[in-house]
Amino acid sequence: MTEAILSTRNLSKLFGALVAVDGVTIDFAPGKIHAIIGPNGAGKTTLINLLCGDLSPSQGTIAFKDRDITKLTPFQTSRAGIGRSYQKSNIFPEFSCLENCWLGAQSRLPTSMKFFRPAEGYGEVRARAERALDLCGLGRRMNVRAAQISHGEQRQLEIAMMLATEPELLLLDEPLAGMGTEEAAAILELLKELARDHTLVLIEHDMDAVFSIAEVLTVMDNGRVLVTGAPEEVRRNRAVQEAYLGMGDEGA
Amino acid sequence: MSESRTVASLLLAAVAGLALFPFASDEFYLELFTHFMVLGIFAMSLDLLIGYTGLVSFGHAAFFGLAGYLLAIITPESEAMSLWVSLPVCLAGVALAALVIGWFSVRTSGIYFIMITLAFAQMTFYYFNENVALGGSDGMFIFTKPTVGIGGFEIIDLGDPTTVYYAVLASLVACYLLLSMVLRAPFGRVIKAIRVNEHRTRALGYDTRRYKLAAFVIAGTMAGFAGYLEAVSTGIVSPGHLSWHQSGLVLILVILGGMGTLYGPVLGAFALGLLHDQVQDVTVHWQLVQGIFVILVVLFLPHGIAGLVARLARRGAALAERAREPES
Repeated sequence: MTEAILSTRNLSKLFGALVAVDGVTIDFAPGKIHAIIGPNGAGKTTLINLLCGDLSPSQGTIAFKDRDITKLTPFQTSRAGIGRSYQKSNIFPEFSCLENCWLGAQSRLPTSMKFFRPAEGYGEVRARAERALDLCGLGRRMNVRAAQISHGEQRQLEIAMMLATEPELLLLDEPLAGMGTEEAAAILELLKELARDHTLVLIEHDMDAVFSIAEVLTVMDNGRVLVTGAPEEVRRNRAVQEAYLGMGDEGA
Repeated sequence: MSESRTVASLLLAAVAGLALFPFASDEFYLELFTHFMVLGIFAMSLDLLIGYTGLVSFGHAAFFGLAGYLLAIITPESEAMSLWVSLPVCLAGVALAALVIGWFSVRTSGIYFIMITLAFAQMTFYYFNENVALGGSDGMFIFTKPTVGIGGFEIIDLGDPTTVYYAVLASLVACYLLLSMVLRAPFGRVIKAIRVNEHRTRALGYDTRRYKLAAFVIAGTMAGFAGYLEAVSTGIVSPGHLSWHQSGLVLILVILGGMGTLYGPVLGAFALGLLHDQVQDVTVHWQLVQGIFVILVVLFLPHGIAGLVARLARRGAALAERAREPES
């Protein structure tokens, strides 16, 4: 097996008495699409929040490219090369689409403590922001206020903002949530495209989508990892069938 | 002509009007307008925090008053001191205070930020109010005006009200241009993003606390600059300059004038000041009139006076557009 780019060891998160994530150990291989599935309340989003630093773990460690990132804050994980997109669109509604992506692109400057030259003058930032918009199919919506585009487009913008930060590893929390069939298909194509030179970790409820693009699957239930493996392997796993895919006859 | 260009021409006209004002005014109104412009700089600096960064500071007067006290403390009683010395010293002192107060304050947000900035300002207030060596509740006099010389020649006489008026007008324009520049730069993009969605700004890779602290120091230092001008033009500084009334007043000016516009708070300073000037001859119940005025503006002009100006500019631009189109 190839060296993991991101790995967790015995990672736990407690909210009071509630154990949301319980001793999770996963290795994410570089360049793979790794999907995390599981019923509601399985701890998937909490796990993602731990990985990007939105939450700090109660126990255990996280390593990214052989570096301990357990205690890093969100801005530090972002600068380390971990991009994060959110399940509920988390954008800047009153800014234009370009300005939304601009913020992602600008954060790759060594610092934004720059007070004199107008931001528009930074050509490389503009190029990064426009590239991210184009990739997500929002090139034509560049100067439209983010509040005015459709819900599906806001989901695309959500991903574009993350891409503008040029991450190596993408944490995608339900990228297809609330999208129409066509939009979802376009995003799936984009994800496949991105998988060529990125590592993707995604949570998704749409099982057809998951099985069509995931190369590795982790099934979680009650904060624990039930199984990690290739999709076919997981499909055949009895524990998974009982806990989640349920009904027993799903794997046929 | 677009809306922003119409507003820009209106602002230019207003500055030109202010530049001509001393030719038509007596000394009383000259000094009153000087005071309004100083308050305008003070309010503009707070707008950087409230209107752009989303930080509602209720202790902004601490920096305004502190600069005046620093000037009073370092100015000798009988001998004039050069502005090239006293201004940097006062601004550096205020910047340091803003750095310390800001370091603690930006760790909180919302109502807690309001409370912590108020608490720091009150501490400063009581320090000067109780300190007999610094005049206690009477405050201090600044006996000599700073001298402004280049190569041994006195170029500006700050003892002359008209000169002070023009110096303050130039300062007002300079502060506006300075803040506009900062807001257009990459730094401005980040603080505007913090106001809209701080969580996402952090997730995109920005240490938002550092940017909030930098905004706090810039705003505090500019408030100090306003306080310095106030102390120079009036020759006195008192604990009232850093009381919570003063912090509340400048907050009202920002909201009244229109947050997030820079020029709005200046309009607010003039509107409230002129109203006060007109009303005080008629009634002693100034606070009541002020209250009603603020309530009316907040209710009917949600974007403040600047919002009204922008709306009129938009209408004017549309009319001009229509006039230019050939008759059909």
